Amino acid sequence: MLRLTDTSLRDGSHHKRHQFTAEEVRSVVTALDEAGVPVIEVAHGDGLGGSSFTYGFSRTPEQELITTAVRTAKRAKIAVLMLPGVGVKDDILVAQDNGASIVRIATHCTEADISVQHFGLARERGLETVGFLMMAHSQPPEALAKQARIMADAGCQCVYVVDSAGALVLEQVGDRVSALVAELGDDAQVGFHGHENLGLGVANSVIAVRAGAAQVDGSVRRFGAGAGNTPLEAFVGVCDKLGIETGVDFFAIVDAAEDVVRPVMPEECTLDRLALMMGYAGVYSSFLKHAYRQAERYEVSAAQILVRAGQRKLVGGQEDQLIDIALELKRETA
Amino acid sequence: MSTAAIVGSGNIGTDLLYKLVRSRWIEPRWMVGIDPGSEGLRRARELGLETTTEGVDWLLRQDERPDLVFEATSAAVHRANAPRYAEAGIRAIDLTPAAIGPYVVPPVNLGEHLDAPNVNLITCGGQATIPMVHAVSRVVPVEYAEIVASVASVSAGPGTRANIDEFTRTTSRGIEAIGGARKGKAIIVLNPADPPMIMRDTIFCAIPVDVDEAAIAESIIRMAQDIASYVPGYRLLNEPQFDHPEGGLAKVSIFVEVAGAGDFLPSYAGNLDIMTAAATKVGEELAKQPATVSGGQ
Repeated sequence: MLRLTDTSLRDGSHHKRHQFTAEEVRSVVTALDEAGVPVIEVAHGDGLGGSSFTYGFSRTPEQELITTAVRTAKRAKIAVLMLPGVGVKDDILVAQDNGASIVRIATHCTEADISVQHFGLARERGLETVGFLMMAHSQPPEALAKQARIMADAGCQCVYVVDSAGALVLEQVGDRVSALVAELGDDAQVGFHGHENLGLGVANSVIAVRAGAAQVDGSVRRFGAGAGNTPLEAFVGVCDKLGIETGVDFFAIVDAAEDVVRPVMPEECTLDRLALMMGYAGVYSSFLKHAYRQAERYEVSAAQILVRAGQRKLVGGQEDQLIDIALELKRETA
Repeated sequence: MSTAAIVGSGNIGTDLLYKLVRSRWIEPRWMVGIDPGSEGLRRARELGLETTTEGVDWLLRQDERPDLVFEATSAAVHRANAPRYAEAGIRAIDLTPAAIGPYVVPPVNLGEHLDAPNVNLITCGGQATIPMVHAVSRVVPVEYAEIVASVASVSAGPGTRANIDEFTRTTSRGIEAIGGARKGKAIIVLNPADPPMIMRDTIFCAIPVDVDEAAIAESIIRMAQDIASYVPGYRLLNEPQFDHPEGGLAKVSIFVEVAGAGDFLPSYAGNLDIMTAAATKVGEELAKQPATVSGGQ
């Protein structure tokens, strides 16, 4: 059976500018759990320890949200995300104490070796592990497979091809997933995490499954960064049609999306001009809200900020540099 | 003139080698490694240093011992070596995150630890950012300070990569202990762009509302000049930015770039340069204090 993870309470944190309340987490977890979603990810958008000037302060401490999710879920496992360099090992231990049972460790897709100590700790403590190779569009399949091998050897049980920029198109997903499956064999599973910046979340996820992915991420109602993630309810419906078993009830998750998750969202995640540019140019989806904020603060174009972020080849985590770009644009127009 | 040994022949040790060779106060005589194929050891031999691949055991067996040892290995190795240096009366300048001795950031507290047997240089990101936190906290109270260090992937060696948590934890503690912030947070990002990006650091300090912004900005600019006196590639990218509170905290944001001197790795590796420049500065100050250099009698 294909295992699905809903990331709306983590990737959606970007769209929500990290303002989740415990009550909102409780209602979303209840609905997703009842629909049969097996894994629900909860954390600051930038992972454990992400609450900061750089990425935005959380309204509610994330560990409190994790605790709430764990206490609410009857069947679903609660997963957390952490980015080495932002969070630390202690954050993982606190999350485990609070009942999280899966830790997902994310690095830029050329930097897998900074996650070795975290996978080691997680396995030693009996946590299930997932690895995220972010901005996977930026590396060819063979290079990505080598990085996946580093994670698997460190104790990662499923390595995800993470299309952080929503820039991968169909076969480009299939080729990367296939390369990881060939490299990892029985040593670890392969997963896929999509974004909607080119409108391909569902299609890309189907290709990933056909190439051998055993786990797929989505967010109900696309609730995620950029144009959002693969809409999980749509993907469940598509899987039903294709005979791919997910264990999730289509009608229940459709209701959850409309009645429970949509009211929690500040607005819909839309495939607008900036989101499309991010997908087209390969820019980290989480930069979107930060670009809007700096554009407003310095009266410059958000689109130009994102274009320069692409030109500078910024990676996830360098949100601080968007301020420098805005200042540079302001100087040029002065 | 004090004699010195460099322990560790990786990126940091090799970059340091070039700076010590140029120093008027320090004579680097030995370089200690473990890898016979080390490029750093080869270059040290070319420059006339005695080298070994037998580690610190070899160094401590020599008839003549250094006045100073620069440790450029890893935190774990320094923890093992530090007591042996102390026993031999050799003063240690620690470039790992082991932090056995007091933290030293030259433009902030160099004068305070000239008699310490072991001093620690925190991290590269700490050397680049903690002075700026101090520049703000010497004018107004800083409740919270946060730094983001972006470095080129190729300039982050295996030691940094295997122990990235040590970077964030040690830097956070330095932001508090030396920077003067009540609470500190450090973030590091490795960027694989090609050509490699020059090291960049952003410093955010939470400050009270209604402060003398001009005085804070002046302090920041003065600090940048102080750092540039021993790290020529250090510069402010923008005027300090002041933001008024949204949800409680007013903040000042400081953006810097650190270009290296290109001694071993090219100029993008400002993270190496600021660490080895700080170590050289500390070593020179120690060398100027003859009364406190024990020389291992």
